[in-house]
Amino acid sequence: MAQTISVNGAPHSVPDDPRVTLLDFLRQDVGLTGTKKGCDHGQCGACTVIVNGVRINSCLTLAAMHDGDEVTTIEGLGTPDEPSALQKAFVEHDGYQCGYCTPGQICSATAMLTEIANGWPSDASETLEGAVEISGEEIRERMSGNLCRCGAYANIVAAIRDVAEQSA
Amino acid sequence: MTVHFKQDKPDESNRLDDMRQGVIGKALPRVEGLAKVTGTATYAAEYSIDNCAEGVLVTSTITRGEVTSIDRDAALAMPGVIAVIDDPRLTTRAAQGTADEAPQQKPKTVCYWGQPIALVVAETFEQARDATKHLAIEYRVEEGAPLDPNTVEPEEQEDETVHQGDLAHAMSEATHSVDVTYTTRGHASAAMEPHAAIAQWDGDKLTVYASLQMLNYNISELADALDMEEGDIRLVSRFVGGGFGSKLGISEEAVAASIAAKELGRPVRVVMSRQQVFQCIMRRSETTQRLRLCTDANGTLTGFGHEALVSNLPGEEFAEPVLQSSHFLYGGENRELMLKVARIHRMTAGSVRAPGEAVGMPALEAAMDVLAEEVGIDPVELRLKNIPEKNPEEGLPFSSHKLAECLRQGAEAFGWDRGPRKPRQTREGEWWVGTGMASAARVHNVSEAKARVTLKPDGTALVETDMTDIGTGTYTILSQIAGEMLGLSPDRVLVDLGDTRHPRGPGSGGSWGAASIGSAVYVACQAIREELASRLDVEEAELDLSDGKAGSGESIVDLLDGKDLAREGYYEPGDIADDYTASGFGAFFAQVRVNRFTGEARVDRMLGAFGFGRVLNHKTARSQCLGGITWSIGVALTEALEFDPRDGHLVNPDLAEYHVPVHRDVPDLDVIMVEERDPAASPIQAKGIGELGMCGGAAAIANAIYNASGARVFDFPMTPDRVLAAMPD
Repeated sequence: MAQTISVNGAPHSVPDDPRVTLLDFLRQDVGLTGTKKGCDHGQCGACTVIVNGVRINSCLTLAAMHDGDEVTTIEGLGTPDEPSALQKAFVEHDGYQCGYCTPGQICSATAMLTEIANGWPSDASETLEGAVEISGEEIRERMSGNLCRCGAYANIVAAIRDVAEQSA
Repeated sequence: MTVHFKQDKPDESNRLDDMRQGVIGKALPRVEGLAKVTGTATYAAEYSIDNCAEGVLVTSTITRGEVTSIDRDAALAMPGVIAVIDDPRLTTRAAQGTADEAPQQKPKTVCYWGQPIALVVAETFEQARDATKHLAIEYRVEEGAPLDPNTVEPEEQEDETVHQGDLAHAMSEATHSVDVTYTTRGHASAAMEPHAAIAQWDGDKLTVYASLQMLNYNISELADALDMEEGDIRLVSRFVGGGFGSKLGISEEAVAASIAAKELGRPVRVVMSRQQVFQCIMRRSETTQRLRLCTDANGTLTGFGHEALVSNLPGEEFAEPVLQSSHFLYGGENRELMLKVARIHRMTAGSVRAPGEAVGMPALEAAMDVLAEEVGIDPVELRLKNIPEKNPEEGLPFSSHKLAECLRQGAEAFGWDRGPRKPRQTREGEWWVGTGMASAARVHNVSEAKARVTLKPDGTALVETDMTDIGTGTYTILSQIAGEMLGLSPDRVLVDLGDTRHPRGPGSGGSWGAASIGSAVYVACQAIREELASRLDVEEAELDLSDGKAGSGESIVDLLDGKDLAREGYYEPGDIADDYTASGFGAFFAQVRVNRFTGEARVDRMLGAFGFGRVLNHKTARSQCLGGITWSIGVALTEALEFDPRDGHLVNPDLAEYHVPVHRDVPDLDVIMVEERDPAASPIQAKGIGELGMCGGAAAIANAIYNASGARVFDFPMTPDRVLAAMPD
């Protein structure tokens, strides 16, 4: 039985080789290289994509495990002609330098804002129950799985806050 | 037509300030920004090349010796495996920055654990990676390779040695003195994009898509490695996912891909694993540094001593230039400076962001804090008191010097308390809270550079050079410089970088990129202005260009009359380099909290004030400073390469065990840019920015740890165990 993965709304066949990670599937088989390989070990977050609404490290999961799943990559969030609010805010706040961690930061932040909206607590939250207030510390804690070696963190947090506050 | 400009004297004309477009220095967003945020910027491994085979490097599991045999059969029998390559031209180290020749080759000779020795090529990455595990490799081990820098007789780097006056005597006579020794651990660049290359041959012509900082040198290094002519090679690096020194020289995967692609007659891609990047590229050397400082009763330095021990592999010329800014930052007529390098068989040591000052300045500035306490003087005041009027060793004047302004403006903005300082004055729950400061200094470098600027018949401009943008903002600032000079909105200027088909730039490294290539673009634009002025029959100085028109109303399009107007600018640093000491200066202020039970230190807030000549774009310049401060936090608290004492292998070669700062480690940061025009730094009055932000910042944090908790730690990074051990009862 043919297995398919939906990537940004388009169906793709699951690769024959079971060793192929979701990350390599996206980059090599689908040709969407916006998702980056920084470490291949779930240590840097550059490969973050959104699967069924939840952010994951695509290097830590095999493509074969995602039959029927809906994957959203950076290319699915916006385009140069129609960027998402976060994509625009990253440009405005200079929330990047080399740009290599950027797609992962933006995918992660997109899903992270939903987690806050849904009231998921974090280590930085005052309580485990009820609504989560958006703060710099909440954003930093929740984004700590996305490394940026250029050191653009201060600007990334500013970009995310900007969008979070506009939509709040 | 090439226009050559060699700067032999200061340029006080500040021509960019006379222009009318009004875009130089403006905080414009990056021109490539939308490509980066939408994932459409193409990095080295991402070019879509038909029929591309995949290569994976094989690395040694011994420290020193010879590869005596590689049994290929098992690997070659595996599905998809095409070749096992151990060609003697394979390189075993990355080239040092500006080497201009091939690094060490002959992969059968092993000099460090983890050295590349072969390449496996297969149809897919998964097949190649798997096959590397099935190679039976035999070695002849050469036992007894020295691994500890403290157990070998080091070599003195005589160029660095200064004996001036009598420091030992000055120390014994001085009212106040400190004699302290610091250690720093090795650092990794850890750029987010692993080193990667795709090589493709067309007959005898080679194209390599790679992630490199300095194409002008890299093309010579690759040509030398392959015994080819540079003219038969094209290198392309349009987007580079961070460099920080690790991509200065041609690295092993690019040479291996080129050799494999030729042998197999098809394109080959080689991407290093994160672990290989850590082990096979560059480490910043660990250092041991002795600081001897002495003053008179008022705190004026009478003696200055800084001696450092670093390490590298035998045969490598690079020695971490720890003393670089110590030669001129502070006065003191009695001086002893000496740098020694120990030859050991750990992986290659080379440039990691701000080689030298990244570790030399934290040690010096931590020692200055000890001295300030000894003298009983405010640490800001101690620095202000000891700024020399000219280089205290060579007697040269400074091209410009903004340390005092940075110290004053930084202290003011931070809210620095100049009252008497005592540790352990503020406690919040289980946290001690305190402040610290440090000076920043980083030598200013420039290099020769070429760029072609073409005014197109439609009134747009094209800038072409093989210069790279490694995240520093080169694309954007060059559009601003050309736009300012030619009276064009920057969005009318197309900047085409990272391709050796273009004129040779300086490459990105040593913070010299912007000032050097910016000057080449400036020189080309100046020549275009002269041509336009002659067409209008006015003096160039009177040419008043903005928004595509001259002041008199003629449009640039009309003046071009349907034809391109192109000039190649060739900027060369001239005799001026010998006439001045040129450096960026700055000051860091930090507030830190230290947990009284665990010794954990957290940075609450941090500020940097920097003077580095003309600011070309306030947004990207500020980002460079933020990046540097962020690295300061890593140097101070977490970053340390750890080597196995038995075989010298790097035991923490990944991002889980080598701790770069993460989001939650970095608080809101403040940056003050103390604008100036440095007439001797470059024709555009700009100096380097990219590294200054980490040259001393770790000491501001270390000094704040002491002020907060009373723990005087002499080893970087200041991990909880070290802070706890140094904490008073």
